[in-house]
Amino acid sequence: MKPVFMTYTKKDLTNLGVCMVLSLIIIPTFIKTEYWYTSILIPWLCLALATIGQQVVMGYTGQLALGAAGFMAAGAFAMFNLILRVPDLGFVGSLIVSGLIAAAFGILFGLPSLKVRGIYLMVATLASQFFIIWMIDKFGWFKNYDSSGIITAQDIVILGKPFTTPLAMYFVCLAVTTVLTLLAMNMARGSTGRNWMAVRDMDIAAESMGVSLLKTKVQAFAISAFYCGVAGALFAFCYLKSLEPVAFDIKLSFKILFMCILGGLGTINGAFIGAAFILLFPVLLNAVGNNVFHGAIDATIISSIEQVIFGLLMIVFMIYEPLGMAKLWENLKQNIKLKLTSSNKKT
Amino acid sequence: MVEELLFFMEVLVGGLLAGTMYSLVALGFVLIFKASATFNFSQGAMVFFSVLAFCGFMQDFNIPFVLAFILAALLMVVVGLCTERLVLRPLMNASEDTVLMATIGLGYVLEGLAQAAWGVEVRRLDLGIGDFPVPWIADNLKLFISALDIFAGLVAALMIIGLSLLFKFTKIGLGLRAVADDAGAASSIGIPLKHIMLLVWSAAGVVALVAGCMWGARAGVQFALVDLALKALPVLIIGGFSSIPGAIIGGLIIGATEKVLEVYIGPFFGGAIEGWAPYVLAIFFLLYRPEGLFGEKIIRRV
Repeated sequence: MKPVFMTYTKKDLTNLGVCMVLSLIIIPTFIKTEYWYTSILIPWLCLALATIGQQVVMGYTGQLALGAAGFMAAGAFAMFNLILRVPDLGFVGSLIVSGLIAAAFGILFGLPSLKVRGIYLMVATLASQFFIIWMIDKFGWFKNYDSSGIITAQDIVILGKPFTTPLAMYFVCLAVTTVLTLLAMNMARGSTGRNWMAVRDMDIAAESMGVSLLKTKVQAFAISAFYCGVAGALFAFCYLKSLEPVAFDIKLSFKILFMCILGGLGTINGAFIGAAFILLFPVLLNAVGNNVFHGAIDATIISSIEQVIFGLLMIVFMIYEPLGMAKLWENLKQNIKLKLTSSNKKT
Repeated sequence: MVEELLFFMEVLVGGLLAGTMYSLVALGFVLIFKASATFNFSQGAMVFFSVLAFCGFMQDFNIPFVLAFILAALLMVVVGLCTERLVLRPLMNASEDTVLMATIGLGYVLEGLAQAAWGVEVRRLDLGIGDFPVPWIADNLKLFISALDIFAGLVAALMIIGLSLLFKFTKIGLGLRAVADDAGAASSIGIPLKHIMLLVWSAAGVVALVAGCMWGARAGVQFALVDLALKALPVLIIGGFSSIPGAIIGGLIIGATEKVLEVYIGPFFGGAIEGWAPYVLAIFFLLYRPEGLFGEKIIRRV
């Protein structure tokens, strides 16, 4: 495909255009209920962003990490403290700095990846998850000595304008997600991403071809943690509207891992598909439980069933399509294209 | 001075014995890793599933203790069989990481099934052994050590001796080691791969049940058991993934360090460092001895 604008092909620009029209015009005109923004679209964007972070380290660089929620917590609490203590920084500035703080944690806890891989690395990254949550919980300074345990997040103010309605918050999340997604795509396609993938496919071979393992792995962990940190800050400020360490426990890390794997390892659009699926499926299941069985099934049973189905899907995808839903979507598009061209030939 | 020393001993012994509880969970991981070089992330879920089933049989159906234990063990054999058939066999040629992710999925399935079948409330499990200091030891040695801890230590020791003997001296054990070394070569000389896998997964299931009983008697049978089982991971890293004695030594190290750190250093940081101290300890081990104390050296080729 020939690039038409900078290095982007025609297909890229059409995709971007379709997404922009959909998210900026169609969704705001047709969706009026607040529920959709506060409970589905905003968390979807935040979690998709965190999943991109997980993708960078797991899907592209092939390092099994399980601490996304810890970095999200670091980002969220950094944001809270920055707005509280350094008000001059502004919302966007604080968001970037809190991402950088999370990235520093990412570098620290990514260092073991130089020595170990696979399950060993997973344990090392679990340390980050437990340590960060513990640190925030135990040192009152991070929570501004608030004893209740739950802190209300400050209002979002950008350039003097408050962004407090669900729709406005949706636009904030959308803007951040769009910028960071484009950045991630650029990185994944450029030499950075090629180095990541070389390390993923065979680290020893990559090293002998001159790819610096130290630089590549640390870079991947830093960028991953940056994305998670920003996502965590948005998650706390736009979705939860409060800050509590419990919200970022190991369960959220697993959730993001599932989004990453089911969505499709090593794809950016997989992050969005996976996040949408993991978020929407419980909603759908609850709706079925309430409307078809009229609440005859206990809510705890429904959540257990949800867990079983996620687990089963994970196994089924690993066996039949390790590349996840993004690959299924790709196959579907191929099939449709093939059908269209063959029917054109007949006529 | 003497009192301080006694207190330190008490903390240390308590930690060591609590460590055997981690060892019991770690043992299940080691069994499967030894035989199939697969890391079974669902071991924690298996602990939860098996002991919840055991409690369910006893409390919901009024089945006597021994019979319920046997039924639960049989259930774990069925789980092992299904896992081998439906998860492991299709993934025979897949990469290690793929199998690991599939076992994470398996863990989710087991957790969900257990909660759907037996509910989410915390259940009490009474083994007939109290979680209180043994009077005889308290009187004579001035140490307060829980009877349950001692019992768990004994059970762990018995299981480890039994399994070590099995691996070392029986034909099955030889087969297990052959499969672990090179599954393809082992099956080409006629070792029944499927039976070996079934056996290992069933054994891991029973080990999970025993570990679950110990944990359940202490902390109640509840979902938190799954998180507790995560602590078996640093134990494995310290002991080595493929070593049965490693599992016990690792457990002892983790148990003792965690308790001693918590009592002597914890107060300076506001306590509850137990949550992450084992993982940080594991990181240090990873940096200096990635294969663990007793593990085999990992050699990778391009």
